[in-house]
This record gives sequence, structure tokens and C-alpha cells, in this order.
Amino acid sequence: MNNSVGIVSAQRAQFDTPLVFRSGAALSRYELVYETYGELNADKSNAILVCHALSGHHHVAGYYADDTGNIGWWDNMIGPGKPVDTNKFFVIGLNNLGGCHGSTGPSSIDPETGQPYGANFPVITVEDWVASQARLADLLGIRQFAAVIGGSLGGMQALQWSLSYPERVRHVLAIACAPYLTAENIAFNDVARSAILGDPDFHGGNFYQHNVVPTHGLRLARMLGHITYLSGDVMADKFGRELRGGKFNYGYGIEFEVESYLRYQGDKFAAYFDANTYLLMTKALDYFNPAHDFGGDLNRAFARAKADFLVISFTTDWRFSPERAREIVRPLLHNRRNVSYAEITSAHGHDSFLMEQAHYFDVVRAYLDNVAKESAR
Amino acid sequence: MTQNDIARLAAERPDFAAIAAWIPRGASVLDLGCGDGSLLRYLRETRAVRGYGVEINDLDIVSCIANGVNVIHDDLESGLSDFEDGSFDFVILSQTLQATRHTEALIREMLRVGREGIVSFPNFGYWRNRLGVLRGNMPVSSELPYQWYDTPNVHLCTLHDFESFCRNHNVAVLERRVMTGEREVSMLPNLLGSTAVYRFQRGL
Repeated sequence: MNNSVGIVSAQRAQFDTPLVFRSGAALSRYELVYETYGELNADKSNAILVCHALSGHHHVAGYYADDTGNIGWWDNMIGPGKPVDTNKFFVIGLNNLGGCHGSTGPSSIDPETGQPYGANFPVITVEDWVASQARLADLLGIRQFAAVIGGSLGGMQALQWSLSYPERVRHVLAIACAPYLTAENIAFNDVARSAILGDPDFHGGNFYQHNVVPTHGLRLARMLGHITYLSGDVMADKFGRELRGGKFNYGYGIEFEVESYLRYQGDKFAAYFDANTYLLMTKALDYFNPAHDFGGDLNRAFARAKADFLVISFTTDWRFSPERAREIVRPLLHNRRNVSYAEITSAHGHDSFLMEQAHYFDVVRAYLDNVAKESAR
Repeated sequence: MTQNDIARLAAERPDFAAIAAWIPRGASVLDLGCGDGSLLRYLRETRAVRGYGVEINDLDIVSCIANGVNVIHDDLESGLSDFEDGSFDFVILSQTLQATRHTEALIREMLRVGREGIVSFPNFGYWRNRLGVLRGNMPVSSELPYQWYDTPNVHLCTLHDFESFCRNHNVAVLERRVMTGEREVSMLPNLLGSTAVYRFQRGL
């Protein structure tokens, strides 16, 4: 495979020191699965942490020996000679706490009860994730990241790194991101959660014991989410008003191509994703707001950041619009941080951050090339 | 940036040295229409400024980032709303004034965001330009390298025009330098100078 990091394997880190969450709840022990690509240099100054978004995980680049078709979700961005160049950087991807890809989450067994955590799994915030990621960094001997990178909810984690651990991150790349969700965004998440919470198979979050999965709710949640990740133009382009059977059936079956596509996406997602994880992730998005503890003032919230920043937005992203990205840029300017901001012309809505596009990749490459020079110094 | 790069830039863009001469070490600078970030780099190397550029062209934005220059993607024509009042010592508009559509509003924005403004522009009153027009053609030169049909320049002006603009808009000119190539012009500047650089602030 061209420019791929090649065969990778997931690793598992166990933490036995209790982690107390922002909510006051705690986990006495937990595990994180992660993957690494490239080589950590002698002074451990070339590490990049990649934070994932709502449905992401630790498998960011490369493929597995026993499953070569399973390619990492950001493989186009990360690899030898790619914008996040694994010839220069040691790149870490992890599955966040509360996830459903191997790290401790709602479907894991609670050692206290011997049953899956289910509804008892603590509600997690972006701050909590960053705290757990810092422990992974400690374990790997990384005192300071060259960069923390993320798109969407991943971008929020990258921003939070500069606030929770100002000394431990030199550069933050926040892509397709906003400093906090708007009421409209929270509303979308609420509808998605309502779909899951209202599914009779949800059983208050303890569906594992009933050997069922709230597929219907999870599927609806994903269908709604998926609409908001695309742009109207892309949907019009891809599906228009195309009919599967070429004519109206005057019924409620799948007729329009867009219906078929959304249901397929919903089914695919509901088959592997955990409903409790979906609830956790959307709630973490809703709660995130660095200004929360500063009277709503982002300028004050970012006063403690020490990193340099690259902020990137996409023109057709209406979930995290360019205007919202500028709300990240302004407090950074106010606090005289080094910051660059690029607005990428793209048709693909919020999902643009996952897609290869020359200008987008050139921006990331140019930025990280300089970061690499500074790490090599 | 090596000493050679600095010398090369100074030779290519004589207005850079003129601008740098006005900027004290460590000043904060906002460069509007910063292109590939050359001026900010030059000022960083020669004056240790803390600077940001504003640019709309994709390729230039990548060049700025590659040059290690802070750049904010924005359209100058829509104002400078990302920047707070009085947040910079200097706001620079270098060889861009003539290509702006809302020139009046932009100068106002420069003086809202910056303590002082600096502009450089090609002097349309330069004798070679006058001669071109006298001969019946729009002038084309190293300062005005475009044909009439592909020029981005919509608001060309002379030194006299700019100065009367300042008088009429409560803009106080603090200093002016007029050049032809690297040579300073003091006699009949509106006729003999090809490039003008002005430093100004809000009038009282």
C-alpha cells in the first residue's frame, strides 16, 4: 500500500490509579487501547497525539495483518511522506475512555458488580478525556507533545490540552471545530439521544443483560447525525431526487436514493457502535465550553494557553461553520498566541476534515514541517 | 532567513526597508494582504516584531505557514472583525491599497485596530505613467505590471490624491517616503516618485 504506515497492531495500557471525573464520579481502574506509528526520538520531542471524534477510535492509520482491508480512519492524512509524516513524528491514536473499541467503556465489565457498566458508567467530559490521555503520555514517557491534532470533537480535545496542560503541548491543530456547541447543535444531539433513550431495547442503558441492542434508536441517531455531517450541495449532487424504482409507489417504503443511503449508513453503524458510548460522546460535546468557568469569557479561558495554534474550517461545514472556527481564533489573537487560520473551500460539509483535499493537506503539511524542524533542533 | 534573503527582499521590495525603518523593535504588526508573508518575515528578522498577516489567497496562505508567519484567512473587503480595537502598534497595507474596493472603510478599520497605519502604493502620478496615458495607453511597468483588462487595481491614485483623501477623512499623515526603485525622491515627488509609503494616525 502506497505511503501507508503498513501493518499496525493495537496495544493496551492499564491504569490502576483512580481517575476522578469532572462530574465527581470516578473509575478505580481503566484500560486504554492505542496504536503508534513512527519512531519516538531520543528526547521524546516528536510525539503527536491524534484525538478522535464521535465515532472514531485508535485505529487511525495503517492496516492489520489479519484484516488488510481495515484501514485506519485518517490513513490519508497520516503516514510516511503524508501531511502528518510518520518519518518525522511518533504518532499516537487512542480509543477514548467510554468508547466501544476496546478502551474501558459502558460495555466493559464493572469489577465491582461483575456486570457491564451500562448506565453506571460515569458521564465523561472533554477535560476527563484529556486527563486520561495525559496518563497515557506519562506511561509512554512523553512530557510534552509536539502537537495534539483533532477534528470536530477531536479538535475540542486538542484545544483542551492547551488549557489543561499548557506546558505539555507545543502546537494545537483544531480542525472543523468550535469552542462550544450552539443551541442548534445541542438540539441535534438531544434528538439523537432521545431516539436511543426511547428505544424499548435500551433498558435504561442496561441492555447488555437483556441480550438486545437498541438498534432502532441508534440507527435513527446516526441517520440524523449523518445528515448534519454532509452539505446540502453534496446530498443534492449525490442523490438529488433519484428514485430507486424510477417511479412513485405512493407508500412509506424506501423510494428515494437518499433514504436508501441513510438507512444503510444507520444499519451499518448500529451493527457495531455502542448506544451508551453514543450518548456519552454527544454529552461530552454538549458540555464542552472552555469559557464555562470564566463567566462565558473565552478570552479569559484561553489566557493560560501557551501553545501555538493552527485552526482550520471548511466552507460548507454547517455543523461547525467557519464563523464558529473564528470564535476559536479571536481569543487566541486576544491572548497574543501564535495562530494561523485557514478556511478550506470544500463541498463535503463537516465530513471534509476526513477527506483528502490538496489545499487542506498542503496547509497541514506546511505547518507540521515547521513543527518537525523545531522538534529536530 | 539568511542575510542573503534579507538583502534580496530589500532589493526586490524597496518599500520593505522604508516600512521597517519606522517600526521599533518588538512592535506588534498586522499586515493586510500579506501575500506569502515576506514582509512579516523581513520585519521579524530585522525588527523582531510580533506579527500576523491577513490573506485570502490559498497558495499565499500555505506560503505564509511554510514561512512560519501567522496568517489569518480573511477577506479585507469585509472588514477586520476578528481584530480588537487598538490591538496592534502598526497595521500595514503594502502595495494593496490600489486593489481594495472599499478603500475608505478599510483605512478606517486600519486605524481602529492599529495605533498607526502604514500604506505603500504605486504613484499613478509618476511621470512614466503620465507619459503612458499621454501617449494614449494605460501604463504598464514593474510597479503596475498588469494590462488594463486583467489588473486587480481598481483604485489607483497619485500622492496628491492620497493626501487630499487623508485631509478629508481626518487621517493625519505622520511621515512620507517617496521612492523610485531604491532611490529616495525628494524633488517633485508626485512626478518623479514611482512608489509612495505613508505612516499615519487618526486625526485629532
